[in-house]
Amino acid sequence: MREFEYARARDGREAVALCEPGARYLGGGTNLVDLMRLGVETPARLVDVSRLPYDRIEAAPSGGGARIGAAVRNSDLAAHPVIRRRYPMLARAVLSGGSGQVRNMATVGGNLLQRTRCPYFQDVSKPCNKRHPGDGCPAIEGDHRNLAIIGHSDACVATHPSDMAVALAALDARVHVIGPGGERVVPMPGLHRLPGAEPGRDTVLEPGELITAIELPAPPPGRSVYRKVRERASFAFALVSVAALLGVDSAGVVRHCKIALGGVAHVPWRAARAEGALLGRTAGPDAYAAAADAELALARPLPRNAYKVTLARNLIVATLTELAP
Amino acid sequence: MSTIGGMRRVEGREKVTGRATYAFEYAVEGAAYGHPVQAPIARGRITTIDAEAALAVPGVLAVVSSADPPPLGSVEDPELAVFQSPQVAYHGQVVAVVVAETAEIAREAAETALRIEYQAEPHDVVLRPDHPRLYAPERVNPAFPGRTEKGDVEAGLADAAYTVDQTYTTPALHNNPMEPHAAIAAWEPDGSLTVYDSTQGATAHRDTIAAVLGLRQDQVRVISRHVGGGFGSKGTPRPHVIVAAVAARAAGRPVKVALTRQQMYDMTGYRTPTIQRVRLGADEDGRLTAIDHDAVEQSSTLKEFAEQTTTPTRVMYAAPALRTTHHLVRLDVPTPSWMRAPGECPGMFALESAMDELAEAAGIDPVELRVLNEPAAEPESGRPFSSRNLVACLREGARRFGWDRRDPRPGVRREGRWLVGTGVACSTYPAYRRPSSATAVAEDGGYVVRVAAADIGTGARTVLTQIAAEALNTSPDRVRVEIGDSDLPRASLAGGSMGTASWGTAVVRACEALLKNGGQEGRADTSEEVAAGSAFARHAFGAQFAEVRVDADTGEVRVPRLLGVFAAGRIVNPVLARSQFIGGMTMGLGMALMEESFVDPRFGDFLNHDLAQYHVAACADVQDVEAVWIDEEDPYLNPMGSKGIGEIGIVGTAAAIANAVYHATGRRVRDLPITPARLLS
Ligand SMILES: Cc1cc2nc3c(=O)[nH]c(=O)nc-3n(C[C@H](O)[C@H](O)[C@H](O)COP(=O)(O)OP(=O)(O)OC[C@H]3O[C@@H](n4cnc5c(N)ncnc54)[C@H](O)[C@@H]3O)c2cc1C
Ligand code: SF4
Repeated sequence: MREFEYARARDGREAVALCEPGARYLGGGTNLVDLMRLGVETPARLVDVSRLPYDRIEAAPSGGGARIGAAVRNSDLAAHPVIRRRYPMLARAVLSGGSGQVRNMATVGGNLLQRTRCPYFQDVSKPCNKRHPGDGCPAIEGDHRNLAIIGHSDACVATHPSDMAVALAALDARVHVIGPGGERVVPMPGLHRLPGAEPGRDTVLEPGELITAIELPAPPPGRSVYRKVRERASFAFALVSVAALLGVDSAGVVRHCKIALGGVAHVPWRAARAEGALLGRTAGPDAYAAAADAELALARPLPRNAYKVTLARNLIVATLTELAP
Repeated sequence: MSTIGGMRRVEGREKVTGRATYAFEYAVEGAAYGHPVQAPIARGRITTIDAEAALAVPGVLAVVSSADPPPLGSVEDPELAVFQSPQVAYHGQVVAVVVAETAEIAREAAETALRIEYQAEPHDVVLRPDHPRLYAPERVNPAFPGRTEKGDVEAGLADAAYTVDQTYTTPALHNNPMEPHAAIAAWEPDGSLTVYDSTQGATAHRDTIAAVLGLRQDQVRVISRHVGGGFGSKGTPRPHVIVAAVAARAAGRPVKVALTRQQMYDMTGYRTPTIQRVRLGADEDGRLTAIDHDAVEQSSTLKEFAEQTTTPTRVMYAAPALRTTHHLVRLDVPTPSWMRAPGECPGMFALESAMDELAEAAGIDPVELRVLNEPAAEPESGRPFSSRNLVACLREGARRFGWDRRDPRPGVRREGRWLVGTGVACSTYPAYRRPSSATAVAEDGGYVVRVAAADIGTGARTVLTQIAAEALNTSPDRVRVEIGDSDLPRASLAGGSMGTASWGTAVVRACEALLKNGGQEGRADTSEEVAAGSAFARHAFGAQFAEVRVDADTGEVRVPRLLGVFAAGRIVNPVLARSQFIGGMTMGLGMALMEESFVDPRFGDFLNHDLAQYHVAACADVQDVEAVWIDEEDPYLNPMGSKGIGEIGIVGTAAAIANAVYHATGRRVRDLPITPARLLS
């Protein structure tokens, strides 16, 4: 581990000012510090933002939305009564990530910006376009069993690892950011980007931009759930996950539908085609299968991860069927 | 002898209060820190080592490498011939060590300032059943013939009413003890060496370290009082111990070396991957007419390590024709090593999966098929068993598990999204014993028993206290047992499930001698007693039953129930025995469903080299794991009447689960681990 400076800011502005080129914000450190130990990240300075006054969850009166501070710990988010009642898929997604100890440390901002768990990315003895543009991507011909099936490029086939981000993408969250250029709001999906020719950039954030809060609109009517598939029953990243909300009217017609997938792409993948295929249609397994197929028509699996297409399809159908049989 | 009862661990309080000292934690005055540097290529040679910049880093004390090979003595294990040659035999081999005032400086200098250049050569790290360099090893570990053959296998197969001919594979697996390998080496002014080490046997480590460094045995002391697991990976000294010793000599200071979790994947051994072909033939009634079991496995170019994968097949079932063979290929990989139940564990996955397939083919219940093929004597050798209660284990397990209610049809039980199935498989492990010595002395109104045994978390210290108390006819609280130090009377390894049998014999004999000598002092050396051997085949047996649920949509496999019934001689301490059994079964569950060390052939090292990527079973995977045993009186073992229990728990678990997955889904997975990817494709 290289030597680095540690700085603690009193407010967001000061944090931004301290975050000079080569510096990184420090949330709970559960990902960043690991990457520093591995030599993947070598920041000259850590700007600790975990104690900034972004540690509150504010819920609008019933029927409204919520605002979650970027420094809120994952455990606190998952346990918050309003989040659990209003956004059960979010509470479940957060609870399915890491372990109790990791969630006690991890912050909302850090969770959104955690890096891929592609094995080559985490091993500096291997080439990797995400670490060093132009090095090549060994995963394409190597171990990509748990990497992307949608939206990947010739430069990178990594997936975004966060569970929470999948729920936020389904819920149309808005990410509040301050940076050297002032404040702005980035919609989800839209915060994370596909790798294209620039796999080094995970998100649309500019250097030095700091996430301050996540704003959630009022949840649409319907039932929602998060399901995560993994070979180990806990403490494992998703092979594929789905965040789904389904609102069906008394005639059995789908009126509200939000679906996002984890473990399939470089971004939490909002399944807009599946949603489009379902809205206005009669709910039921056949419609769900057709919706899943519409989305997965986009899939371009790699030689060793074709199983994920089957898995994603089955998972979408099973999850929607659970919400509205 | 009666069962002594579930005495609590004597060092339990020390451990849970954090006061038990592990190897790296000894406060050695003036200690510096060594960071091992590893080769980034899988085959080739070092062309340049330039340590100038590294030595200029403030705080760096020394760099040792093959640029100036440290003198060594006689090195039997080429993995320990550190820094002797510029040749690189595998990715991750240790090529240098940087010694500095702090671990951080050492690592930083190693990673940024030490310049080593390599001439890489094409490497070959992939085990294949058709590898052109496969050969049949003469011997497999520790000293079994590589090949055995009895009767006419081909005729037996040709005449069979039912046959199975399938190939099963197991991946490379890593031991992953909780405590990483670590050592402190401190040279004394008189040229002797003290090593604080995390080992499974202080005596054997002392002997090896002394030989490698060209010292007399009495010049080396190995201290290893507490060990946070080993599972075989601490059974022989690993390179970092020698690295610490040569680094300490170069720096003129004691040196501490702790491997990172990532380094452990390259430097502390692993279980070889296996490709096993099993052919079984049975007559109309299900009686075996032939068994043919071949294992293809790997070793390094440095040395032959031939895992004894098909040896359990020499023990298990009666058949007029029985052939067991091994084939090995030497690849540009680290040398495989010992991992819990080496041989039996992967071998029984194949054999017991094949038996399940035979049961299916013949339309016979899998428990009954095994009972039907119970041998009267050890099938390969013809020797009588000292005791064998496999059938009793199967019957008792079937009764407890509710096996009689089982519908044999695969893929027909569904509860909601879950497909439900059950499976059975057998366990076996040899009852070994090795020479050890011990002393017992009356001191301070009680007794002190000394033996260089190792407690790697098994509870050996506690069990030996109980055994000594019983032999001395006193209460355990009047006995103190000293272990984990090579200055104590020499003792065998904590390996091969033979610790209690070997050390316990010496302790009993020493206590008997004390009583005979007027109650003051007794010593014993069991070399003769053990060398006398036995006319009997001595093995522990067991039967494991698994219930699995497989998500019909996602292929997720969960194991709500695992039951093991074991016949392992007399169980000396039920509390500790249970944790050995269920610990083994839990590790077997991990092997069945998730454990796999993955190599990208282009690079040659293990890619998923940490605990976030190499998954072992988590608490949530372990639901109802139960182990019970049947009373077994066996007078032909040792004074305690005990068989080893440390390894048998992992033998057969993976097959029981795989067989249950078949019963649940109708899908036979012959390649471990059984992941959603495998079940869905
Ligand atoms: C073994 C293990 C298993 C895990 N399993 C899962 C899992 O299954 N699912 C899952 O979703 N997660 C999982 N996690 C990931 C865990 O959730 C993340 O590590 C965590 O959410 C990151 O949060 P943090 O606050 O610790 O971030 P840090 O490590 O502090 O930071 C992560 C990144 O975010 C940046 N950052 C932090 N805060 C801000 C901010 N406010 N504005 C801008 N940038 C910021 C940092 O600079 C850094 O680049 C696992 C982690 C571990 C160690
Ligand atoms: S998939 Fe992306 S992160 Fe992984 S090796 Fe390729 S470029 Fe690097």
